[in-house]
Amino acid sequence: MKKRVLSFLTAAVMTTAMILSGCSGSQTAATTAAPAATETKAETTEAAKTEAATTTAAPAEKKEIVVGFSQVGAESDWRTANTESMKSTFTEANGYKLIFDDAQQKQENQLKAVRNFIQQDVDYIVIAPVTETGWDTVLQEAKDAGIPVIIVDRMINVSDDSLYTAWVGSNFLQEGYDAVAWLDDYLKKNNKADSDINIVTLQGTIGSSAQIGRTNGVEEKMKDHPKWKMLERQTGEFTQAKGQEVMESFLKTYKDINVVIAENDNMAFGAIDAIKAAGKTCGPKGDIIIISFDAVSAAFDSMIAGDMNVSVECNPLHGPRVAEIIQKLEKGEKVDKIAYVKEGVFPADTAAAEKPKRQY
Amino acid sequence: MKKREKIDGKVFLLIITILLFLVMYAAGLIIFKSKGFAKPQVFLNLFISNAGLIVIAAGMTMVMITGGIDISVGSIVALTCMMLAWMMEIKGMGAVPALVIVLIMGIVFGLVQGFLIAYLKIQPFIVTLAGMFFARGMTAIISQEMISIKNEMFLKWAKSKINLTFLGGTVNKKGVVNYSFIYPSVIIALIVLIGIFVLLKFTKFGRTIYAVGGNEQSALMMGLNVRRTKLLVYVINGFLCSLGGFLFALNTCAGFVEQAKGFEMEAIASAVIGGTLLTGGVGNVFGSLFGVLIKGTIETFITFQGTLSSWWTKITIAALLAFFIILQSLFAKAKEKH
Repeated sequence: MKKRVLSFLTAAVMTTAMILSGCSGSQTAATTAAPAATETKAETTEAAKTEAATTTAAPAEKKEIVVGFSQVGAESDWRTANTESMKSTFTEANGYKLIFDDAQQKQENQLKAVRNFIQQDVDYIVIAPVTETGWDTVLQEAKDAGIPVIIVDRMINVSDDSLYTAWVGSNFLQEGYDAVAWLDDYLKKNNKADSDINIVTLQGTIGSSAQIGRTNGVEEKMKDHPKWKMLERQTGEFTQAKGQEVMESFLKTYKDINVVIAENDNMAFGAIDAIKAAGKTCGPKGDIIIISFDAVSAAFDSMIAGDMNVSVECNPLHGPRVAEIIQKLEKGEKVDKIAYVKEGVFPADTAAAEKPKRQY
Repeated sequence: MKKREKIDGKVFLLIITILLFLVMYAAGLIIFKSKGFAKPQVFLNLFISNAGLIVIAAGMTMVMITGGIDISVGSIVALTCMMLAWMMEIKGMGAVPALVIVLIMGIVFGLVQGFLIAYLKIQPFIVTLAGMFFARGMTAIISQEMISIKNEMFLKWAKSKINLTFLGGTVNKKGVVNYSFIYPSVIIALIVLIGIFVLLKFTKFGRTIYAVGGNEQSALMMGLNVRRTKLLVYVINGFLCSLGGFLFALNTCAGFVEQAKGFEMEAIASAVIGGTLLTGGVGNVFGSLFGVLIKGTIETFITFQGTLSSWWTKITIAALLAFFIILQSLFAKAKEKH
């Protein structure tokens, strides 16, 4: 037995060595270790089975709640704040164990992660989905395994609503309404209510809930303002670089842009850079009005610096709200299917006062 | 030592790949023993999540054996998914005709690319680069928005679990008994794999492919039809791309522009890790299967570990690639000496 364990350990060490160094001298070791490895494979399967059986026999002993969280990626400051909120909520001190997976913007990675969560026998699966669709099969697998699924941020589109337990996130449509309402107010205050307003939009990643909600919200309310004209909408994929690129092309095509709506802060930063590079001005004292969404910390800096006019909040602090739902489910209580987080509108003139109060 | 000398380089590369997979999996069994890594389902999930990639890596292996490359595969997968979704959801077509059309689309795509490569002698990289942009562009032209597939028959295909009860069930914390399962996509992928294996190893056409990749000039002099062989390889590969795309769609149930980005690189990496030479003439589809499984195992490691950044998958694959390429060049050098 000792020998076997030893050869097993060598095998493990070799793998790491091979992976890390990529050296070509490991062939002999690999050859000798492998038969032992395959032998023990069967053994461990047995061992794991008995172990699984004993843990199920005494579930009361372990109070730790295991949560598997599949995150979209780390594409924006908002996303990072969202991840941090989860990580700081589901700590061991709070009685949780968090298994975190970054999907690198790919749905297929998320499907893999969720399948692995199921095999790891987690108590709850939390998904911040990359896409709205394609969840039927994997969520059915989770349901078959009896694991509740909580969706955060973007909404999903499945044939059967019972595939997920609850959804936590922002009301993107409302954010779109809020943006239009703010612009209307702002124009009235500046006596521009009757002038023609040319708008361009930097859309988020096409197909995401935030993009759909914000675009539709703005479009719907713009119908009340016949003097406003949407010159063009184009996606900046929620990134600063792409936002800047698209804004540059907008500035070349249109000479009279009055308002830029950026569907997240990062794209707004890119747009501001493009506007400055083109020799134009923006912000409360400039020519072009910048409306942004998310209201991350850097957006407040930008507003204080006088570059951005307003940012409509998209609260990323989902952790506590999700924990609230999990605690309810633990007690066997019913939960609401849809849970919105609180959100506000932050114009530039309040930025300096609000900034110290912000958590992200 | 005597025995090893008898094994030639190609087989040796394959053995290393398989051993590496076994060692990695065994390491996973030890490290994540308490987390349920030993469940048969963890192994089966490698196939479920990568069914499309297995098929596409098989096609890629074939192309690479001829000394070519195809970087359009990821875009063709995206185009296939989008066409399926669009035809079924927007045009209201049935799942079967939609499937037939995308498979024909794949064959036509392969035919055009193959013709340019084999008959007009344009670099495969350039031809398929154009193919890559074209297919991705077409995907966006069909729809920039994501289309969710809700066709009943398609979802039935996607969701019909095949329970492997003989592997035994495991009881989880919630007291639910879970049997191991696969989806029909896994069976299709394995059939394709075996089919391509047989084609390459046991048919005249297969041997011609190796001959063409090994040395095009001598293949010509032997009287082999190099151009037709190449064309056919790209046609089969085109078909496998759209079939792989169909399996991919069964997993994701959606058509979307951003889908399967970088898929071509994953297929090439899997083939190289599986012992296929970029210079052509050497390769084995089962090696590529293990290449895919190794990638899947690394991903599984990272989710089981739970705190590591998932970008480590890429870094590990990079290290493995370097390792195998060095190994290959050492073998090539050793061969020259003999």
